[in-house]
Amino acid sequence: MKAIQTITSRTVVLPSSNIDTDQIIPARFLTTTTREGLGRSLFADWRYDVQGTPKADFVLNRPEAQGCHILVAGNNFGCGSSREHAPWALLDYGLQAVISTEIADIFRSNSLKNGFLPVVVDQATSDWLLTNPGVEVTINVAETTLALPNGTRVKFPLEAFSRYCLLNGVDELGFLLDRRAQIETFERQRQI
Amino acid sequence: MSGRARPASLRKRFEDEANHEDTAMSNTAQTMFEKVWRQHEVIAETADTPAVLYIDLHLIHEVTSPQAFSVLRGRGLPVRSLDRTLATMDHSTPTRTEQIFGGAPISIESAAKQVRELEINCAQFGVELLGLRHNQRGIVHIIGPELGITQPGKTVVCGDSHTSTHGALGALAFGIGTTEVGHVLATQCLLQRKPRTFALNVSGRLRSGVTAKDLILAIIGKIGVGGGTGYVLEYRGDTIRGLDMDERMTICNMSIEAGARAGMIAPDETTYRYLAGRPRAPQGDAWERAVERWRQLPTEPGARFDKEVDIDASVLEPMITYGTNPGMVIPITSPIPTRPNDAVFSKSLAYMGLEPGAPIKDQPVNVVFVGSCTNGRISDLRSAANVLRGRKIAKGVQMLVIPGSQQVKREAEAEGLHQVFIDAGAEWRESGCSMCLGMNGDLVPKGQYSVSTSNRNFEGRQGIGARTLLASPLTAAASAIRGRVTDPRELMS
Repeated sequence: MKAIQTITSRTVVLPSSNIDTDQIIPARFLTTTTREGLGRSLFADWRYDVQGTPKADFVLNRPEAQGCHILVAGNNFGCGSSREHAPWALLDYGLQAVISTEIADIFRSNSLKNGFLPVVVDQATSDWLLTNPGVEVTINVAETTLALPNGTRVKFPLEAFSRYCLLNGVDELGFLLDRRAQIETFERQRQI
Repeated sequence: MSGRARPASLRKRFEDEANHEDTAMSNTAQTMFEKVWRQHEVIAETADTPAVLYIDLHLIHEVTSPQAFSVLRGRGLPVRSLDRTLATMDHSTPTRTEQIFGGAPISIESAAKQVRELEINCAQFGVELLGLRHNQRGIVHIIGPELGITQPGKTVVCGDSHTSTHGALGALAFGIGTTEVGHVLATQCLLQRKPRTFALNVSGRLRSGVTAKDLILAIIGKIGVGGGTGYVLEYRGDTIRGLDMDERMTICNMSIEAGARAGMIAPDETTYRYLAGRPRAPQGDAWERAVERWRQLPTEPGARFDKEVDIDASVLEPMITYGTNPGMVIPITSPIPTRPNDAVFSKSLAYMGLEPGAPIKDQPVNVVFVGSCTNGRISDLRSAANVLRGRKIAKGVQMLVIPGSQQVKREAEAEGLHQVFIDAGAEWRESGCSMCLGMNGDLVPKGQYSVSTSNRNFEGRQGIGARTLLASPLTAAASAIRGRVTDPRELMS
């Protein structure tokens, strides 16, 4: 995983609440056996018509959305299935973070393991961002803050270990493999 | 301590003692979740690091495992505990008999490749696979309990959010992503922060025609699709104690639809009766010892939950969804809610082609799906068959009945249920996830209405533009007969 210090970008806004992982990447694209190239299937059923032509009115297809790395979405983003294809698709498309008032557990965990930042903010901050698309904001991982255009810095929750992994590009598997001795001791000591 | 007698600190002393009592109580009286969690802590969590949690059973399927095996291959790692790892295939697999047993090809090329890749990965790493033609194959969450390999007090994970199903046996079971599948394959452990606990106290007798599916839909309607985020649910109370294991699995299965990664039900005599004699359950003396251990699991009196909600099951009606998430649910006798000025709500109803304030009952139906890890067990098929017996499904309705596993299929056929479905005009096929998410090509056509016993009514879940109404097997069967959304009580004697 690549180390991340800050992300500065204009926002792209999807105001719907409860955007589930079937919307982020529909199940028919999950028959892949690799993690590459999923960006073209991101939000496929919202982004393309039945012929596969991009819908001009969908927010990601608008000219002003090009080059945006931060998605702002309604409450409870990423609910539904455990498919890690969801953060893989978001990252492959070029997005690096999502800001919402609530982010579903499994999606959040999958995102952190891939360096896609789940940023949970209060209702007022979210409402402001939802109604002001395209503003430039900065996410600072070390400070766990989101800086708004007026200079306000909003704290967001980020568990210490995840923060450490993001800042240093640490992969959790290496951390677990280093604990082999404890795992072996545990296995020897337990009854079942 | 000697300073305690000073009057100035007297009040503080009482407070300290009261606080101390609280702590003592929460330390001694534990919830079931806390017990299972503690028993699996290889390393407890600290402020800086999550817990290293040991996993007893890792279930694998074709969709979320290929990239994890690639990581192991890339780093030259073996699967650490082959005896705790079991693979099957369910999501991308066809349901047509000729494609499973008759040599006909799997029509979707990428699905065929995914199935082959799981076969190769399992062979190369030595993982046991209940493959395409195995007589114990099935939906991963159906076969775990069915084989008796899901057991009380175990930690169970799978790269699938409906892993919560296994909590019905008193296991701590939750869905994980593919990176975590790799972690468990390589180390048999996961890095986890301890979730909070949420008790759902359910009391009262379910009325005739009202099922476990209706109960869990009502619970999701009450707490919301994000209501369980960050929590492990424990379903408690006399209603839950009165449910059989299939019904308990339906309840725990949909915990994730309320945002909770796991849902648990304390093991009891019903659980032990269900597990006894199953092929991978402990046998003989080991069984007696296991039951003794399992009896220690239930939440102790006085244990505290971080959150509690009470549900009166006796007033519930058959439930059905009308929108595009499982929390958009109403009693079948109620009109669709009206929420002016709610753009997200309006967008959802526009997708569904339904009007606010209109009745959901009598809405025409095109497709009916009975199956999935939510309602694909034998008792679900029995309850659908009881409504269908001696009747025909309406003209123009396509009804698909997909058993949750090959064992469920054999049991149903031994009871003659398949003939009831076929005689009624439904299709009876091989097991798998099928039309729940349409990965295998079993799809609801665009714009059509499907009454489905599955778990998600998300946009496009059952096919591009498909409109899903989630309901119980009774409601699904009744709606198939009338060709309209039907209260099953109208067809029950």
